[in-house]
Amino acid sequence: MIGLSHYLIVSALIFSIGLMGVLRRRNLLMLFFATEVMLNAVNIAFAAISHYYNDLTGQMFAFFIIAIAASEVAVGLGLLIVLYKKYGSLDLDDLASMKG
Amino acid sequence: MYEAVAFYLFSVLIIGLFLITIMSKNVLYAMTSLAAGMVLISGFFFILGADFLGVVQLIVYVGAIMALYSFAMMFFDATRDIKEKTTNSALVFLLGGLSALVLVLIFAAPIHNEAIQALYPMHEGVGNAQDVGIVLFTKYLVPFEVAAVMLLVAMISGILLAGKKMDLSLTEDLSADDEILTQKDEK
Repeated sequence: MIGLSHYLIVSALIFSIGLMGVLRRRNLLMLFFATEVMLNAVNIAFAAISHYYNDLTGQMFAFFIIAIAASEVAVGLGLLIVLYKKYGSLDLDDLASMKG
Repeated sequence: MYEAVAFYLFSVLIIGLFLITIMSKNVLYAMTSLAAGMVLISGFFFILGADFLGVVQLIVYVGAIMALYSFAMMFFDATRDIKEKTTNSALVFLLGGLSALVLVLIFAAPIHNEAIQALYPMHEGVGNAQDVGIVLFTKYLVPFEVAAVMLLVAMISGILLAGKKMDLSLTEDLSADDEILTQKDEK
């Protein structure tokens, strides 16, 4: 029988995968993908808790997380396009303009 | 039985696809595996009885966000492999593995169930979409409206940042002023 802990552990594993991606990636577009992975992991945990405690609050929070992710992608991709027009690259090492 | 089979199948596939997303050097491969993983996550939501959330995940994440990423990929050179300096890869995997271990230990610990009461309980015999609608439009009406305004702001900023010459004013046309000035000079 699948319990709440199963879902929470899968969610924790997916979140750690996203965390590894954030730590490892140097390309800004790939960093965005890694943040999407982390947001999805949290959504799984919310839906699982909502199901096993028979409470709708978890699903509500998952909806608002999806709305925030959508607006984050819209603004972030606009900023990425501006950066790419200016520097011709999305690599974080190329974008470092301050020496210190 | 079927739930267990679906759970293990989906979780193995999701973890594998997201590992491809993290490891791949090609943007197209990373994006495709991310989209496939999101479709399988909506399968999780359907298993958990959150039908409306699963549909929203399919429409918003797989439909809108992935389409936005694929449009943005046209601006960047997506066919070329990304060259990244991956310094200290072992340290990253160590930190990621440690955080995974800590999170799994936290979530595997027993929970004091009796103290948790449902704030907005689900109703028997009522569909998930109806239940969600009632709670969303009564208890969470203000956050819903604020989220709508936030999406509007995000849309305007997206158009403004990605569009060409959108930072210049439309009503105060500078070249038109120049034309008027030159006409005055000619007179």
